[in-house]
Order: sequence, then structure tokens, then C-alpha cells
Amino acid sequence: MPPMLQFLLSRLVKAVLVLGVVVILNFLLIHAAPGDPATVMAGEAGAADQAFVDQLRTQFGLDQPLYVQLGTYVGHIVQGDLGFSFRQQRPVADLLLERLPATVVLTLSAFVLALVGGVALGLLAALNVGKWADSAITVVALLSYATPIYWVGLMLVLVFSVNLGWLPAFGYETIGAGYSGVEKLADIGSHMFLPVVTLGLFYMAVYTRMMRASALEVASMDFVKTARAKGQTEWNIVTRHVLRNAILPILTVAGIQAGQLIGGSILVESVFAWPGLGRLTFDAVLQRDYQVLLGVFFVTSVLVIAFNILTDLLYVLIDPRVEITT
Amino acid sequence: MPQTETETQAPGVAPPLLEIKNLTVALPDEAERPFAVEKVRYTLNPDEILCVVGESGSGKSVTAHAIMGLLPKPDLRIAAGRILYRGQNIVAMSEAEQRALRGHRIAMIFQEPMTALNPLMRVGDQIEEALIIHTDLDRKARKARVVEMLDAVGLPSPETLRKSYPFRLSGGQRQRVMIAMALALKPDILIADEPTTALDVTTQKQILDLIKTIQREHKMAVLFITHDFGVVAEIADRVAVMRHGRVVELGPAQEVLTAPKAEYTRALIDSLPHGRPTDATVARGGPALLAAEGVTKVYRSGGTRVSKRTELVVSDNIYLTIHPGETVGLVGESGSGKSTLARAIVGLLKPDGGRILFQGTDLLSLDRAGFRPFRRHVQMVFQDPYASLNPRHKVAEIIAQGPIAFGTPRAEALARARELLGVVGLDASAGGRYPHEFSGGQRQRISIARALAMEPQLLIADEPVSALDASVQAQVLDLLADIKAKLNLAMLFITHDLRVAAQICDTVGVMQHGRIVEYGAATEVFGHPTDPYTRALLDAIPGQAWHASHPPSGGPPS
Amino acid sequence: MTRDFLLAFARNKGAVIGLAIVAVIILMAVFADVLYPQDPWDMVGLPFAPPMTDGMLMGSDMLGRDIAAGIVHGARVSLLIGLTSTLAAVFIGVLIGAIAGYYGGWLGDLLMRFTELFQTIPNFVLVVVIVAIFTPSLTSIVTAIALVSWAPLARLVRGEVLSLRSREFVQAAVTCGQSNGTIIVKQILPNCLSPIIVSASLMVATAILLESSLSFLGLGDPNAMSWGFMVGSARTVLRQAWWMSFFPGVAILVTVLGLNLIGEGLNDAFNPRLRRKRTA
Repeated sequence: MPPMLQFLLSRLVKAVLVLGVVVILNFLLIHAAPGDPATVMAGEAGAADQAFVDQLRTQFGLDQPLYVQLGTYVGHIVQGDLGFSFRQQRPVADLLLERLPATVVLTLSAFVLALVGGVALGLLAALNVGKWADSAITVVALLSYATPIYWVGLMLVLVFSVNLGWLPAFGYETIGAGYSGVEKLADIGSHMFLPVVTLGLFYMAVYTRMMRASALEVASMDFVKTARAKGQTEWNIVTRHVLRNAILPILTVAGIQAGQLIGGSILVESVFAWPGLGRLTFDAVLQRDYQVLLGVFFVTSVLVIAFNILTDLLYVLIDPRVEITT
Repeated sequence: MPQTETETQAPGVAPPLLEIKNLTVALPDEAERPFAVEKVRYTLNPDEILCVVGESGSGKSVTAHAIMGLLPKPDLRIAAGRILYRGQNIVAMSEAEQRALRGHRIAMIFQEPMTALNPLMRVGDQIEEALIIHTDLDRKARKARVVEMLDAVGLPSPETLRKSYPFRLSGGQRQRVMIAMALALKPDILIADEPTTALDVTTQKQILDLIKTIQREHKMAVLFITHDFGVVAEIADRVAVMRHGRVVELGPAQEVLTAPKAEYTRALIDSLPHGRPTDATVARGGPALLAAEGVTKVYRSGGTRVSKRTELVVSDNIYLTIHPGETVGLVGESGSGKSTLARAIVGLLKPDGGRILFQGTDLLSLDRAGFRPFRRHVQMVFQDPYASLNPRHKVAEIIAQGPIAFGTPRAEALARARELLGVVGLDASAGGRYPHEFSGGQRQRISIARALAMEPQLLIADEPVSALDASVQAQVLDLLADIKAKLNLAMLFITHDLRVAAQICDTVGVMQHGRIVEYGAATEVFGHPTDPYTRALLDAIPGQAWHASHPPSGGPPS
Repeated sequence: MTRDFLLAFARNKGAVIGLAIVAVIILMAVFADVLYPQDPWDMVGLPFAPPMTDGMLMGSDMLGRDIAAGIVHGARVSLLIGLTSTLAAVFIGVLIGAIAGYYGGWLGDLLMRFTELFQTIPNFVLVVVIVAIFTPSLTSIVTAIALVSWAPLARLVRGEVLSLRSREFVQAAVTCGQSNGTIIVKQILPNCLSPIIVSASLMVATAILLESSLSFLGLGDPNAMSWGFMVGSARTVLRQAWWMSFFPGVAILVTVLGLNLIGEGLNDAFNPRLRRKRTA
């Protein structure tokens, strides 16, 4: 379907532009940082040996004019070279690729949970506006919205792992259990449960509040009155007319906030020792491993763009007015 | 339904289709008055059009919403009274029983066709929805009925149109879809709540004709709500006049229109623009104050998520002159480009080509600084009295802002502002208050005072009365005419309402698709129109026959 | 108008609760040295003392520091960073939004692309990167938070200014010869003050959350006792000593909740129309 293709193409162009700016930002950060760019790239001052620093200096042409350096830097990125972590003695790109799947699984699950849960709860609150269900949902959303995400994780661990012993507190799977097939999936699922809920809860609160407002606004629109004048039942008015129209603004915001969700995963992963980018970030922060940090920034930006395209596609599927050509 | 009562009827007389008996609808506690409507009673018979007419806030719509069970909960509730449909009290019915009537036996169409349809649903599906709710028709039969209805309301190629989304249709087309939807189940009663108010005059005529034709064909009862006596004269069999939530007059259309009994009805009819050209002729000799030559403006809009890139040419080679003391009217439907020209003259937008000469100086050739002195000479009165005054400034400051910007000492400008309030018929103390404390008509007076503060030579009035109720409209028009005569102002008056234009303008230009299609003395243009579009516009004015046969006493006897 | 506004705000239970919470937090921050005169970093009791023992309301941490003292002193950092970074972000956001909205054209487009970009990139990751590279300090934290917070406000202000610019009272000011600067400052900005105030109050809350997350990761100002740092340093002993991470977390939750409640109360009080339905 050509218009769809065109749409995706225009999105890709935009994505490349965003990534270009992210790369330039990374480059500027290296140079704006206090100290010699080579030592910044090598990691915490004094941690890397002189030979490595010298090698970096020649590799990135750090004695050249700034724009040449930028060219060299971009050249490396385009070839998939995101630098070398002296601490871990491995290329940054390898480290990132190894960790990426776990983060994608976590964020995507949390995103779906937040979106579905938020839309359902927000709609429920709007339909019962002023009644106890509305008040309860509003209060819970307000609390979840105000709670630091890492602290929710810790408290959930305290209750469900430490006190009740129902769910594992750390990691991706039970190490050395040697599960396979369904058992393995169930094991991973039980490990995923708390991190996904922790990450999803905050954004569920965001979407619940928005969906409530959006559904109330749509419910006061003229076409809802038209549906009522047709003799349509309240349930059908909600499912056929209110729901779809009310979801649109949520999708827009969900796309914009995808970056925050992925940022939040860093905190959640470090709480639950989830072997994803977040955990890598946490370690890199402790070790001042800047190459890895900049790499994480780059990869998470790619991830955000992927989420954006996803929400855009959902939007196009729902709203016939979107002119895909622009 | 044991709780519904059947009224005793004189033998041999069929009961009316719908009877409103002493209906009282309560407003929420904090409202200005206790009831939206109070002890309203009227009846609706088969095969008739009953017009309920009144100004904003008269409660005419509330009654209709009560019949449909569409009163906004919990703000409005029925406090007393009955609504009898074929003798059965709707008010006492269960929600399910009411639903069975809604859209089936009683259908409704609304004022705003642009928002009355679900934007995410194909129009055919929206019509079909009513059929799914109330009939057992199978898919195929429903599709056939949808096409039949779209065809019946005069929409082109119903087979393909049924699959369109509302945003592809014009306002008039959407209102036709609404009518098709309402009529899909051949209801006994159609309630039409100001269905043509948001439409252009020529589209209004088409929709009015359509409603009338369908009503006669199906011998349907129509409850038609409007604020426009012209529309009443066009279609009503009987009329109910409402004011402050009460019915003040009820009777056959002929009687109410020609010999109104209630004082209020008489006043309303008298305040209508009489649409007769002014007798005074202004000498158009001498040099023009303002001349617009070949002004063109191309609009490029779009690039947003929803709308696609479009180009619109307006003000395509306009030529017009305004002489001192002359009032020139620009008349046209929405999108005709009349406002664009006005905005170009006051420098709110930059045309792509042409010249606008003010006393011989081409305003378009000037830069920002060069244009500034001319701002004093050309002032504007805007359309929406609720948007044209800054809600955070006091009235005196609003009026004085121009002179202050041009260097008049603050105290002097504020003193002058209070004087001007007197000129426009407001108390000088109004200067110390904020705009929200004033009514629409009063705000428009403030807006006029602001323009006058600059002591302009040319006043541009962009639809200055179209947001006002008829009675207030007349007062503001009188004020404008009065000021214009006293100060020998030239005025460019922009309006969609030909009756208003005829009344206040010496010279009239009729605009269509960015072109002036006819230009001349008002008496000529309205008396002997030569352009077919002008004729169509004049022809579309509702209630002309009545206007002609019934000169309102407000105007001078002819 | 102001009286109506205050009444509407006072009638909102949540807003009043929020105001009370924030007032208490501010008092705590102001009188921290009176309430707990000794340095919150000092060891004042036995390590791992549970709440209500050893004369310590909320117990002590691994190094015998008083948790309650840490919370009272931590309020300072949270409020300081929340307020200053919000001020900076509001300044950038309003400036960029107003210019983009009022002048539009290629400049507006460019500014909005720039804003969009800052909204798309994962902002917490950027904050972490910036603070890590420039070494954690109050300045680097405030700068980083401000840098990722202004974009949504700029979009909001641009939207408001764009719609106000085409409003008739602004056009009237143009035809009266007011200068662009006067029009922006006197006609437009006062009319978009309420959404700016509302988002600013919510931005303070978000900034406090961001700061606490940074401290949790060990990227807080090393010289300032902060709530996030307390939670972060206590997480390894969660099993043995729940109170060490519980109380600081509650402090963050309550503060952010209070600010959000105020923001919502302001929003409702500024927009009474939204609560009332239209009637014909």
C-alpha cells in the first residue's frame, strides 16, 4: 500500500534527522566536558592507560580542527562503531546489542500494560464521574503519579519477594535451574512481573488521568448527542463513539512520552538487576564509563523513534483524517 | 405503562401528536434564574411545522432537548410538567422506553453540522446505526435504505458518498446526512434545532426547502427551532414565541407574523433589519479616500496532521473605492474573501499583489514604520464581542491603548476614553470595569469606542452585529449609522446578511470566490441585480414575501 | 476575579491539602537547622536502629545517621533544585514558545523542530549523561534538569500564543499601533499566565522526582543530603532495614503529591468553564 510506505519513509527520514542531532549532541558533550576529549572518551581520568588514550587521540584525529573531528566521529558511528569500553574491554556496540533485547521486552510490555490499563481505567472513571469508582481510580492514579518509580520497585520487592516470597526479586531467570520450554517461559514471566508492573504503573497513572479527561471531553461533544438522539444505548455510545475518539490524544502523548518510559526503565532495571541497558547504564555511571553512557543515549534514542513510529501507525489506523502523504 | 395518562379528548378529535403541558425545567442553583423554562405548553399536530422562535437564553432549545431526553445531566432536570407523545407521558417513561422512541418515532437534527457527526465513522455507517438499533433489517436491506435516504436528501452519488468520512463533506452536505439519519426510520416527529444557523444563506435555502418538501411528502410533524423570523415566515404553519423561558405568544404563523399580539413579538419583528436601501445618496465625486486595486491573496494552509495542503485564492483582482462619508458594504458568503480584504486594508495581513491607496499613498508599499501613521486613520470593529476585548484589561485602558501607543499622555487618553463611552451610549463609570461584566451589545459599543479613540477617517466593520441577537443588532446598527453621520466617517461594512447591508450601506459590492461580481449603489444592486449570483443571494433571503408584504414599523414608512 | 479564583481554589479539598503539605515541607526546609541542629551526615546513634528506638523517630541508617534528620535536611535540596530548575525551564520555555508562536514562519518552524527534538530524545538518559560527564553538583543537576524540562512548556506556550495571536483583541491592538513587544507582554502573556503557572507547579514536582532519581543512581550532589540518595544507599540492606528506604521515599511521594494537587487545584480554579456544561 503505497501511501503507507510513503508515510513510513517520511518517518524514517525524520528518524535519521533526530539521530543525526543526537550524534552531534554526543560529540559536543565529549568536547564540552571538563578535561581532554581523549580522556573523556577513555573513561574516568587515570583509569585507562596512556597507550589507550593515545590510540583514541589518533583514531578520532583529536588534533584536527573540530569539524574534521565531527566528521571522523560521525563516520565511526555510521559504521556502527560506538567506541570501545576500556573498563569492560569490549566494543560499546557489542555491549549495547547484548543488552538491548531485555530492555525492549521490558519497555514494550510496560508500554502495553500502561496503555491498555490506562485507557480502561480512565474510561471507567469517566463513565462513573463523581461516583466512588471515579474517586478511587483518581486517588490511586494521583498517588502512582507522585511516587518515584525506583521506590515503588523497592517496596514491591519488600512486599512480594521479601515478606510474601511470591515473586523473585532479581534477574531475568533463575540461574542454574536449567528450565526449558513452558517452564522457562513461566520462570522469565515471574521475573518480569514486578519490573513490568513497576515501570507500567507510573505511565498507567499518566494515561488514566489523560483518558479520563479526554473521555469526558468527547462525551460532551455534539456527535455523542447525535448518537443518543438515535436511541443508541449508553454502552454502545461509549464503545462505538467515545472510546476511539478519546484514545487519539492519548496515543499522541504516549508517542511523545516514549522517551520518558525508556528513561524510566534505567531506574527499574537497576532496582531489579534486569540485564538490560539500564543495568549497563548504572554500572557505567559508577565506573564513569562515558563511552558506554553516550552509546546508551544513542541506542535509547533509536528505541524512542521506534516507539514513535509504532504510535503513529496506531494513530493512522484509527483516524481516517490523517493524510498519510505529509 | 400504567403510569402514563391518556388525556380526555373531545369525541371525534384526534389527539395531538405531541403535547407539552406546563413543562418546567430547573437550572442548577448557582444560575441566574431558577428555571430554564417555566410552565411551557404547546402542542404539535401531524402534518405541520411548528416554529419555536426566541433570542438566546429564551429556553427554546431546552424544551426540545427535554422532549428527546437529552437534557445535560445533572445540570438541568425536569421539575414539573408532562410531555405527551400520542397521549403517553415521556417524562414518566423508563430510559429504555424513551430510547425506543428516540431516533425511531421522534428524531432530531442539530445546529452544528460540522461537529454533529462522529469524525472517525463513515457517514453510511452512522445512518445505518439508527437502523440497527430500531429495526430487524438485514445488512443488505439496511445498505439499500442508507443509499435510498442519501438520495432522498439530495446528496450526489450516494453509493460512494456512504463510504466517505464526515471531514470530506461540506457543512451543507453534513446537514443533509444528519437529515437522512433522522429520517431513516420515517419518524412521526422531526425536531430541528436551528439546523440552518451555521450555514450560508444559499445553503440555508436549500436545507429549508428540503425540510419543507420532506415534511409535506411524509405528512410529518416538524418542531423547528430558530431565532430568525425570516425563517419562520418561510416555513412555519404555527409559531410559538419564547422569552425568558416562557411562551409569550402562540398562534398560526400568518397571525403572529402580521398581527402579533404580544408586545415582545412586536418588538422583535420591528427590530429586524428591514432590508430597504437608504434613501440618502452620497455624492461619490471627488478623490477617493481609499481605493483598492487588483488586490490578490493566495492562502496556503495545511501541513498539519489533519488537513492536507490546499491553496485558496481570495481577493482575486478586487477593485473598490471608498469616498469620505460613504458606507461601502461588502457582501458574500463564508470564504468569499470579504474579510481578507478588510484585514489587508488595516494591515493585519499582507496581500500578494495589488495596491491599496489611502489618500493616494499605496499602503502595501510601506514598511512597518511607514505604515504606522496610517493606523490612526483606518480603524476596525471586530465580529466577536467576546473575543475582541482583552479580558484582563479595564475598559478605559482598552479604549485608551491606541492613543497611548501614539504618544498621548496616559491621563489625557483615559479621560478621553470616558468621554467616548458616553458617545457610544455607555456610562463613563464603565471605564473602571472589566469586559466580562458587559453584555455582547455593550461590548460591541466598547469596541466601537476603541476605534473612535484614534479619530479615524475610515472605519472598517467586520460583521459587527452577526454575533448579536436581533434586538441588540438593531441598536448597534443605529449607533453606527448615527456616529458615521455625526463624524462624517467613511465606512467599509462587511456582512453576510444582505438585509443588514441594504439598510446601512450606500454602495454595495457582492463577493463570490474572491471576486467582486457586482458593485454599485445599494438601491441599484438590490433593486435591479444584474449578476446571477447576486440574484441567487437575494432570492435565498428567507421570508422575503413576508418582508415585502409587511413593512416593519421600525423603518420609515415608504 | 481574584476573589472568585481564591474561592474556587479554597473550595477544592485536594488543592488545600496539597497547599498544606507543601507549606509543611517548606517550613521543614527553612527550620531544618532548628529541628536537627547537627549535621545530617553525622553519626548520632547505633547503626541499623529501627524506628522509635535510640531516640530516633525514623531509626538510623547503616552508619548510624538519623533518618529523620536526613529527611528534614533533604527537603532543602529537593525544593532548591525543584524551584531553580523550574524557573530556568520556564524562562527558556516561555521565551522560545512565545517567539515561535507570535512570529511563526521559518523561525517558528525551526524553533518547534528544535523543541520537538528535545521532547523526543530520552530525557532521563540525557540528564544522566550530562550530570555524569560534568560531574555531579547542584549546578550541573539544575542545568541538566532545566535542559530537558523546557520543551513541553515551549510547545504549550506556542499553542496558546498562536491561538491568542489570531484573537480579535490582539488584532485590535495591532491596528491601534501597539508594538510587537508591548503586544506580547501586555496583551498575550497575561492571558496565557494560567496554563504557565499550572505547568510550572507540575514541573517543580517532576524536577524533584528527576533529582531524586539522579541521587538514587549516585549522581546527586555529594555534599547535600537528599532523599533519593538515602533510598539509593539503603537499597542493598532492604531486607534487613526497610525503614531506611521507606521514609525518604514517603517524603518524596508526599511532596510530589502535594505539588501535583496544587497544580490541579490551580487548573480547576483557572478554568471554571470546564466544570460547567453548556446549555442552550
